Amino acid sequence: MDSMERTFQLHVPSSTENLAMIRDFVAKIGERAGMSEGDVKKLELAVDEACANVIEHAYGSDGTREVRVKVTFDSEMVQIEIMDTGRGFDPSKVEENNLEQLARGRKSGGLGLRLIRSVMDEVQYQIVPGQKNELRMVKRLKPAESKPKPKD
Amino acid sequence: MANSFSVGRSREGDISVLTLQGYLDAHTAPQFEKVIQEEYEAGRLRIIVNCAGLTYISSAGLGVFMSFIEDVRAAQGDIKICSVTETVYQVFEILGFPSLFDILPDQAAAVQRFAEAPVREG
Repeated sequence: MDSMERTFQLHVPSSTENLAMIRDFVAKIGERAGMSEGDVKKLELAVDEACANVIEHAYGSDGTREVRVKVTFDSEMVQIEIMDTGRGFDPSKVEENNLEQLARGRKSGGLGLRLIRSVMDEVQYQIVPGQKNELRMVKRLKPAESKPKPKD
Repeated sequence: MANSFSVGRSREGDISVLTLQGYLDAHTAPQFEKVIQEEYEAGRLRIIVNCAGLTYISSAGLGVFMSFIEDVRAAQGDIKICSVTETVYQVFEILGFPSLFDILPDQAAAVQRFAEAPVREG
């Protein structure tokens, strides 16, 4: 992150009805950072999946808790941190079943994490169970997005 | 704000057509699940999900397709998907949906697909 860094934060109650607000929040920042429309949609998806996991799994759908979203961008990347104080989990233990296995088991578990890993460039977890869980994700800006095109 | 969602229902012969509109996420997926559940319980197992108006889908929405497809196929039915926008198709593709579901360009093609292959071998 360089000296042009900008930081935005959103704290919302842990209810799925706030997912739309969270998506809008990160989309606006992605646009301001100069991301392409396609990359803004990927950013929205990753944040939606991460926050839905927090609401459903870390907080067990208790809508009275808080989800914190911190977005920082500079000329090279958009970084998103999602913080909660619920039950942590070990992301390495989430099974990566293929789609046929999930369908046979009538399950959809792990699809969200798979989407996050597919659309973001970096994904890191810091889990302190019951105290603080933090997911950090980075989407790098493509050169054409961060620099104006040279004139002919 | 980008959170409206609706499911329209119609019939085309013996096929149930569910038309999705708006944003399908963890908040709205239960609405979609309820409608598919009702179709399944009523024995209407030839289902087309028309996604022309679907602006957004997350894994919660994809999970609804996943949780019914085996049961529907076991009962000799199928869920076929049509008219998917590029953005939504990208999400389907990341998770490998095209290998598990028949995804057709439009509703007429989906109806035709039911005539050719009522049940897809998953």
